[in-house]
Amino acid sequence: MARRTSTPARILADLVGLLVLAVCAFPVYWMVNTSLLPRNEIRAPEPTFTPLNGTLANYRRVLSGDAFGDALLISLAVTLLTVTVALAFGFLAALAVSRFRFRGRKGFIVTLLLVQMIPVEALFISQYKMLEGFDLLNTVAGLTLVYVASVLPFTIWVLRGFVAGVPYELEEAAMMDGCSRFGAFRRVTFPLLAPGLVATGVFGFIQAWNEFTLAVVVMTREDRRTLPLWLSGFVDVNRGTDWGAIMAGSTLIAIPVVVFFLIVQGRMVSGLTAGAVKG
Amino acid sequence: MAATRSLPAGLPAATPERRPRPPRRRGPLLPYVLVVPAVVALGLALGYPVLRQVQLSLQEFGLAQQFGAPAEWVGLDNYRELLGQAYLWKVVVRSLVFCVVNAGLTLVIGMGVALLMTRMSKPVRLLAQTGLLLAWAMPVLAALTVWQWLFDTQYGIVNWLLTRLGGDYEGHSWLLEPLSFFFVATVIVVWMSVPFVAFTGYAALTQVSEDLVEAAELDGANGWQRLRHIVLPSIRPVLLVVGLLEIIWGLRVFTQIYVLQEAGGVTRETNLLGTHIYRLGIAGGDFGTAAAVAIFMLALTVVLTAPYVRTMLRQEELDELEGTAR
Repeated sequence: MARRTSTPARILADLVGLLVLAVCAFPVYWMVNTSLLPRNEIRAPEPTFTPLNGTLANYRRVLSGDAFGDALLISLAVTLLTVTVALAFGFLAALAVSRFRFRGRKGFIVTLLLVQMIPVEALFISQYKMLEGFDLLNTVAGLTLVYVASVLPFTIWVLRGFVAGVPYELEEAAMMDGCSRFGAFRRVTFPLLAPGLVATGVFGFIQAWNEFTLAVVVMTREDRRTLPLWLSGFVDVNRGTDWGAIMAGSTLIAIPVVVFFLIVQGRMVSGLTAGAVKG
Repeated sequence: MAATRSLPAGLPAATPERRPRPPRRRGPLLPYVLVVPAVVALGLALGYPVLRQVQLSLQEFGLAQQFGAPAEWVGLDNYRELLGQAYLWKVVVRSLVFCVVNAGLTLVIGMGVALLMTRMSKPVRLLAQTGLLLAWAMPVLAALTVWQWLFDTQYGIVNWLLTRLGGDYEGHSWLLEPLSFFFVATVIVVWMSVPFVAFTGYAALTQVSEDLVEAAELDGANGWQRLRHIVLPSIRPVLLVVGLLEIIWGLRVFTQIYVLQEAGGVTRETNLLGTHIYRLGIAGGDFGTAAAVAIFMLALTVVLTAPYVRTMLRQEELDELEGTAR
C-alpha cells in the first residue's frame, strides 16, 4: 500500500520521517561528538555541536586505565564462551527437533516457547543463591551458565529453522553416493548451515555483550565487572562526571554491536521466518 | 535478555501459512542424546532456580541464614507478610502504570511511524529507517549513558535548550523528583523500543492487500475509515503480539531504572518490581521475601502472557496434526 499518496500527505510524511531520523540519530551523534571534545568544551555553558577541534584524549584516558582492559577481557571471555556453548548445544538440539521424531519432542518445543517468557528479574534471586552455592559468583563460568540459559532457547529455535531449510533429500543423495550418514551430514548439510550458524552466533554475541541485569547480580566485585557494568559505574553525579570518557567508552562498546547488528538484522528476520515456515 | 529486542521465536502472527514437514527419521536413541546438553543446561540454570525460588519463598532467609544459620520453614508467612505491605502494592501499581504507559506510547508512536513510512518518499524512508536501525542497535548501557548526558544537570543539552527557549532549567535535576525520574526513564525506554514496533508494523503494513484498500476507496471510504476498517484489522495479529510483548517487556524493565537510580534517583520512590526484588534480596539480604516477590512477578507474567502462549500452543498443535496427516 505504498502508492496513492497525495502530495501534501507525502510532504507531511517526509517531514515526520526527517524528524524520526533526527530523534533517533541525534543521541548517537551526540555520543560520538562528545567523545571527541576536550574537557573545557564539554563543560562550557554553550554546547559544541561539531568536534572540529577534536581530540582523542578521552579515548586515551579510557584505554590507559586498567579498568577498561579488565572489563573488556571479562566481557570477551563471557560472550565468546556463551556463544560457543549456546551454538554447540543449540545446534545439536535443533538437529534432534527438526530431523527426528521422538517422544517428548513436542514437550521440548513448548518448553522452549514458555522459557522465553520468563523475565530474568523474576528468577535472578535464586540464580544468585544457586551460583553462590556452586562458588561461581564473580566468575566467568557462573555468568556464562546463566547467559547460556537465556540465549539457548532462542538459538535452538532459529537453528531449527535453518536446519529444516536444508532438504534432507540432499543428505540422502550423498548417502546414496557412498557417504556415511555422518559424512553426508558433514559434507553436505553442515556447509549449507554455516551462514545460519554465523548469524545466530552473532545474535547471541550481541545479547551477551549488552546484558546488564544478570551481570549486576552475578558480578558483585568491582574487579570482576563486564563492560556494561564498568560503564554504569562511571557515571557519578556527585563527583563531577567525566562525560568525555564515558562517551568514549560508550562509543567503544557500541561500535562492534552496531556493526554486527546491521549485518545480521536482515538475516535474522529471514531466519525467524524460516523457523516459522518450516518447523 | 531484554537488551536486544526482536520477535521471540515461534511468533504465530508471522506464520500465516505454516507448512511443516514431518520429521523424517525415527531414531531410537540419537535424538535424546542430541537434546541432552540443552536440557541439562536449561534445567540447571532455569529449572533448578525455579524450584529453589519456591523453596526460598517458603523459608525465613535473612541475615542470620547468610551467616550459616539453617533456614527455617515458615510456610506462607513471607507471602502473608508481603501482601499486607502497603509498599509492595505501591511498587506493583507503579510497575503496572509504568508498563502500560510505556507499552502504550511505544505502540502508538511505533505504529504511527510505520504508517507514515508507507507514505514517505523512498529516500526519506531509507533515512528514517537508518535512524531507527541505529537506535535499535545501540547497546542498552551506551544508550543509557548518552541519555543521562543529554539530561545532565549542569552541562546537559536538554537543560541548555529549554533554558534557551525561555524556561528556567539552569541546573535543573531531572532525577530527583520521582515523576520527572520516570519521565526520563520513559523517554529512554520508548526511544529504544519504537524501532522494533516500527519495523515490525511496517513489514505487516506492506502485506496488506492493496486491492482491498482500493475497493474500500471506490466504495467511498475516507482515509480514516480505510485505516480503521481495513488496514488495522488486517494487521491485527501482529498488533496483538507486538502489544503483548511490549507489555511483558514493560513489566520487566530493570536496567534503565537501576542505572538511573544509581545515578541519583531516590530508590524508595522509584523502585519497580525488578529493582525492588534486587534491593530486597541481593542488596538487602532478605532472600525469603525477595523470592516471594519474584514468585509474585512470575505469576503476574504468566497471567499477562497466557493468551499469547495459548495461541502459540494451538499453532504448534496444528502443526503436529498436519505433520502426522501427511
